[in-house]
Amino acid sequence: MLRYTVNRILLMIPTLLGVAVLIFFMLRVVPGDIVEVKLRGDGGSVTQETIEAERKRLGLDKPWHEQFVGWMVGVATLDLGISMWTERPVVEEMALRLELSLEVAILATIFAVLIAVPLGTLAALFRDTWIDYLMRIMTIGGISIPSFWFGMIIMLSLLALFNWLPPITFTSIYEDPIANLTQLIWPALAVGYRYCAVAARMIRSSLLEVLNEDYIRTARAKGVFERLVISRHALRNALLPAITVIGLEFTFLIGGLVVTEQVFNLNGIGQLFVQSVARNDFTLIQGMVMLIAGFYVLVNLGIDLLYAVFDPRIRYE
Amino acid sequence: MRPQTASACLLDVADLHVHFETSRGIVRAVEGLSFQVRRGEVVAIVGESGSGKSVSALAVMRLLPRLTGRTRGRILFDGKSLLDLDDEAMRQIRGRDISMIFQEPMTSLNPLLTVGLQITEPLTIHLGMSDEAARARAVELLQLVGIPDAESRLDQYPHQFSGGMRQRVMIAIGLACNPKLIIADEPTTALDVTIQAQILELMKELSRKLDIALIVITHNLGVVARYADRVIVMYAARMVEEGAAEAVFHRPRHPYSMGLLHSVPRLDHPRGARLETIEGLVPNLANAPPGCRFGPRCPFRIEACAEEPELLPTDTGAQARCHRVAEIAEGRITWAGSGVAGTAQTARDGGALLSVRHLTKHFPVRGRFGSSGGRVVRAVEDVSFDIAPGETLGLVGESGCGKTTVGRLILRLEQPTGGEISFAGADMLTASAAELQAIRRKIQVIFQDPYSSLNPRMTVGQIVGEPLHVYKLSPDAKAAQARVAELLSQVGLRPELGERYPHQLSGGQRQRVGIARALALEPSFIVCDEAVSALDVSIQGQIINLLEDLQRRLGLAYLFIAHDLAVVRHISMRVVVMYFGRVMEVADRDAIYADALHPYTKVLLDAAPVPDPTIEKARAPRLIQGELPSHAAPPTGCVFNTRCPMASAECRATVPPLEEKRPGHFAACIKV
Repeated sequence: MLRYTVNRILLMIPTLLGVAVLIFFMLRVVPGDIVEVKLRGDGGSVTQETIEAERKRLGLDKPWHEQFVGWMVGVATLDLGISMWTERPVVEEMALRLELSLEVAILATIFAVLIAVPLGTLAALFRDTWIDYLMRIMTIGGISIPSFWFGMIIMLSLLALFNWLPPITFTSIYEDPIANLTQLIWPALAVGYRYCAVAARMIRSSLLEVLNEDYIRTARAKGVFERLVISRHALRNALLPAITVIGLEFTFLIGGLVVTEQVFNLNGIGQLFVQSVARNDFTLIQGMVMLIAGFYVLVNLGIDLLYAVFDPRIRYE
Repeated sequence: MRPQTASACLLDVADLHVHFETSRGIVRAVEGLSFQVRRGEVVAIVGESGSGKSVSALAVMRLLPRLTGRTRGRILFDGKSLLDLDDEAMRQIRGRDISMIFQEPMTSLNPLLTVGLQITEPLTIHLGMSDEAARARAVELLQLVGIPDAESRLDQYPHQFSGGMRQRVMIAIGLACNPKLIIADEPTTALDVTIQAQILELMKELSRKLDIALIVITHNLGVVARYADRVIVMYAARMVEEGAAEAVFHRPRHPYSMGLLHSVPRLDHPRGARLETIEGLVPNLANAPPGCRFGPRCPFRIEACAEEPELLPTDTGAQARCHRVAEIAEGRITWAGSGVAGTAQTARDGGALLSVRHLTKHFPVRGRFGSSGGRVVRAVEDVSFDIAPGETLGLVGESGCGKTTVGRLILRLEQPTGGEISFAGADMLTASAAELQAIRRKIQVIFQDPYSSLNPRMTVGQIVGEPLHVYKLSPDAKAAQARVAELLSQVGLRPELGERYPHQLSGGQRQRVGIARALALEPSFIVCDEAVSALDVSIQGQIINLLEDLQRRLGLAYLFIAHDLAVVRHISMRVVVMYFGRVMEVADRDAIYADALHPYTKVLLDAAPVPDPTIEKARAPRLIQGELPSHAAPPTGCVFNTRCPMASAECRATVPPLEEKRPGHFAACIKV
């Protein structure tokens, strides 16, 4: 198990290096560069010399292989460079937003799991009754309604009902938990709805499958209390596939909340990503891609290890 | 021992009906079933799939699906009417007074919970034992069912147990609360014959020792003969005959019971020329025929059979549901079956069609990151045999012995590690791609599972016609169609079935489709990999007869891979016995069954139950101990030495060569 974990962590290195190479070349084949955007963006006239000087200052005039070597050395030494736009270290730029994005993702996960597990279980147990139908309507809604639209509805409702809007400046949870939560609980709800719907449907269908298994029949034939049949025998088996879905949704929430962040006026990773792409801020884009790829790999490792904890048949040697 | 009270009747089922509401209409799975079980008695319910035997058992336990299942009738257990109890009262009976053992030990235990928890669960729930007391009792139970090292095995998970060991765990769970009745639903069907014998012996002994009544549900007549005091024969949702085991086996009075006993190949009878099978198919219960259910397949049918017969008492003290019971009892009608005389000839002049020499297959054991570290599983080790044109070679052994791998190596679905395979004089291992393709045309295969080996998205006609298309054997679509129709009628299917999809056919029909597909290329050799083991008894007989007829007509040679000794004996001319990757014994069929030399062959033959209660009850249990060795730590010397009753130090030292002990009779054992 330990050896497996170490092996998996070591395997992350080639994966991430591959990502680093790919993103470098993909950015270089896309037309346009940051200097044009920066200096000519608002329509002012700038001389060619100024542009060249700026390119030289940012190191964009060097041949691509020199830039590539620089980037790879940076990746290897965990130095992601300096944002070409704000001129602050990429890591610092990302850290600012990561706290917020991570918190929203964690809040949404807690919210989703807390609701999805009982909801999916109830729907499976009362299959084809009004409880199940209600759950299916709610979850199909969650999957089909875009999170940002649901977010806007939340905002408008808060305004209409309480004449109140959540704060728009980010307060760290360590400084003022209440202020922090009053701001972030709403976006977490908005994205958690979809998340919860996906997980609940997954739990419902896998529980229905598990309830048909022979060992459930065995448990009932032993005269085990029905409550215990569900909680001890069925639910543990049914939650295994849900772990995968929850993990993948979680990684999506780290980098994928572009519009929802806009709706709630949050300065998160999604926003930063869009900005950096719009500005052709190569170093920042590269850093963001590495961050998100890293999260994916880590969360996947976490899922696999969780599987081993839950399922004794999986013993990584 | 419990006192024998006046009401010795423990379970009294009267006029039980079970209906299922399905999209195809109401399926009447059990109709008017009545039977009693006395305390300490062993009752067997026999029948083919769909006869309602398992459903009746689940109805007694009230474990049928709530939404679709409807149960009517009366079930009295120990004075309580089970169908009138509320859910909580019924739960208290399940596992406490009645427990159930299921067929599939692989899936009947929860993979995520320790074995200990699964055994102690009924103890803590029903008897209110403390965790320590329950654990102590669980250790006791595991020892009782013969699991060594019980204390430490309690903390293991089901996947760390072999199939036989899991079934022992299931029995331990069943016994936990000292129930009055155990219902065992096909308890040994998924197990190898030597393990089956161990489990059967264990259950029989325990039920006698602890005075537990046992209902055994099975399709295996040998198991019934070994176990049962009384037998209930079910057919198409109804009980057709019920009586003492001796009566039903020796003097069956219902045509279906007669047919069933005739359609199985038997180790205790001289080998007949042809199995006298029951023709036709089991009726569809959603749309059952009026009158006698067995009428459409019954050779004794008369006009009166349009009326449903009552259960009539017979001269044997049993009861049978047939209008002609009296005539059968007087011996005026006897089972003739559909047999046509004619024996498959042992045609062993001339050279070998297929010749296998020193065939070896090692599978590397892969770690998670690809490196094998040099460890291998020796699946097949030094196997040699010949098959002559028109001959059937039986290849028999328990699961994991390498018999299926041998078949796959011959079909070149796997690449051998070493050895030679030649077909009609051509070396298959060095053949070029074109040569190999020509050889492959002549070698075909029939697989075990008729449910998963046919593509569900193709019609029967497309499946059978595909090889013609691949090898461009038919000039145009019309010729191909005619050939498909010819092939279907050759295997006894109406050509119209070509339009259907596999799911619309029964198991026996699907296996016929598999045979028709194999015949399409006019092969001279067919590998039959457990070709009849997934089929019901009466259907199995039909398919065996079909294979024999085709062999006679077309001069086919078969490699018949199977675990059922009686079937292999019936169909084969020569038999190869394999164990743990190696050949133990090779001989002509009669020599091997009448006069086995190798201790493993003897053990196998001894373990197989025969459908004759007199023989079975007289048989002294001579059990083979232990289980298959692990491929991670293979035995040194003779692979069988870990379980062999004759093993000595020499056996552990060297691998015995396969030697000709008598003319044409080879065995790999230094003791004979």
